[in-house]
Amino acid sequence: MAETPVAVSGGWAPVAAGLLGTLVVAAALLDGALAGRAAGARSRMGRPVGEVARLLRQRRRTTVAADRLLWRVGGAGLLGMALMIVTVVPLGRWTLFDLAVGVVWVNALDVLAWAFVWLTGWGANSAYAMIGGYRFLAHGLAYELPLMFALVAPAVAASSLRVGEVAAAQQGLWFVVWMPVAFVVYCLGVVAIAVWGPFSPALGRDVAGGVTAELSGVDRLLFLAGRYALLAAGAAFAVPMFLGGGGGPLLPAWAWVLVKATVLLAGLVWLRRRVPALRPDMFMEVGWLVLLPAVLLQDLLVAVIVIGG
Amino acid sequence: MLAHLVFWGLAVVAVLAGVAVFVVNSMARASYSLALSFIAVGLQVLLLQQLYVGVLVILMMVMEMAIMAVYMNMFMGMNPAMMSMNMVHGARHALPVSVGVFLLLAAGALFAPWPSRRGSPPADVTAALGTELMGPKMLTMATVGVVMAATIVSGVVLAAHRTRYDRLGDDLRRPRAADPQPGGVSR
Repeated sequence: MAETPVAVSGGWAPVAAGLLGTLVVAAALLDGALAGRAAGARSRMGRPVGEVARLLRQRRRTTVAADRLLWRVGGAGLLGMALMIVTVVPLGRWTLFDLAVGVVWVNALDVLAWAFVWLTGWGANSAYAMIGGYRFLAHGLAYELPLMFALVAPAVAASSLRVGEVAAAQQGLWFVVWMPVAFVVYCLGVVAIAVWGPFSPALGRDVAGGVTAELSGVDRLLFLAGRYALLAAGAAFAVPMFLGGGGGPLLPAWAWVLVKATVLLAGLVWLRRRVPALRPDMFMEVGWLVLLPAVLLQDLLVAVIVIGG
Repeated sequence: MLAHLVFWGLAVVAVLAGVAVFVVNSMARASYSLALSFIAVGLQVLLLQQLYVGVLVILMMVMEMAIMAVYMNMFMGMNPAMMSMNMVHGARHALPVSVGVFLLLAAGALFAPWPSRRGSPPADVTAALGTELMGPKMLTMATVGVVMAATIVSGVVLAAHRTRYDRLGDDLRRPRAADPQPGGVSR
């Protein structure tokens, strides 16, 4: 994996979308299996399949005076975000969009979660959904800056914002080894934009499902699939940023990218039932007083090593 | 040719979304119309090969509009059922003034003697733009940035009605701060 990846024609976009879709299905099945185990049942791997069938047939619930346009935009937006993120993730020797500022591109896209999740909560004209939307933004105020500075570390180390060059800069040593703080904060950010696990109070049971309270049928399916897709896209983007890109023995580079993304995705899915929910009001101080200084120190360390070495 | 079409298409989207800001009847729609307008402009900047600037315009503006929508909706106590807001105030005077300003600026753009291109664009247009804008004033700009950040922090400190004496007692010896809102790190 010495050379930087080459851009392939846009005709390959459906393949990239298909790979993302496969990861989404795998993540949903794994979550179903884990849910079954947590409930003491033998396995509930089939549950996501049944849920998809149910939602596809379900009639749309309507609410009084909903802002339907913004509601639908928000609900479908998460999936679009995930698809746009994977365009800059190189799969071994190939990439769809060889953007010179790929890292900033992903950063700009993860900010869109602020818009889409809040709009989904706002559009329904439902108190609980709106509370969920505000909970997400409160989390956002705490996770967004640490996430931005976590993305800075690999870019500084590689002296490039091109995702392919960041991956190629990890020939000898994966970035996760010498910038573990940035990696952990990045993973936290991915979990946050997917409204997953510790960041699920925005969808909490105490507010009747929060942002998803009034979502039904296809809209609900799109929103839930969007959350899995963001987890998958975030895991895929971590591979060139922190996990050495396609580097690895025996297997070809593209296979290594998929293997690493799948393993990280499985870890993130598993995390859901292992980490307690982070209350938005409590997490605010954690974000600003712990995560942000920690990740800034990480950036400083990386910058010093790059200049000195 | 295709790039030209896309550029003009984005220009139309940007202007129409900008107009929509003053036509729609809710703060959320107004904010996100403005965000859409800025995204179109950001994509235009991308087409000009100013990749970093273009992506950054989209990043900053979406985040800003998300925050603006939240605050405006909170201050106005708005929900989708209350879509009766009017973004235009004092239209009798504002309308002629804004039309006049628009005509003035448009006339300036149309009648100015634009220079013809000399030479060719440099390899890295973003770096060239930065040097052109900042150039020898980089030190000044860096200092201004720090001063602005310090101003924001001091403004917040001065505006906060609770001081460290409220939190930690008159002799600042209270082991744990008495905050109405408990924080997450047990300060």
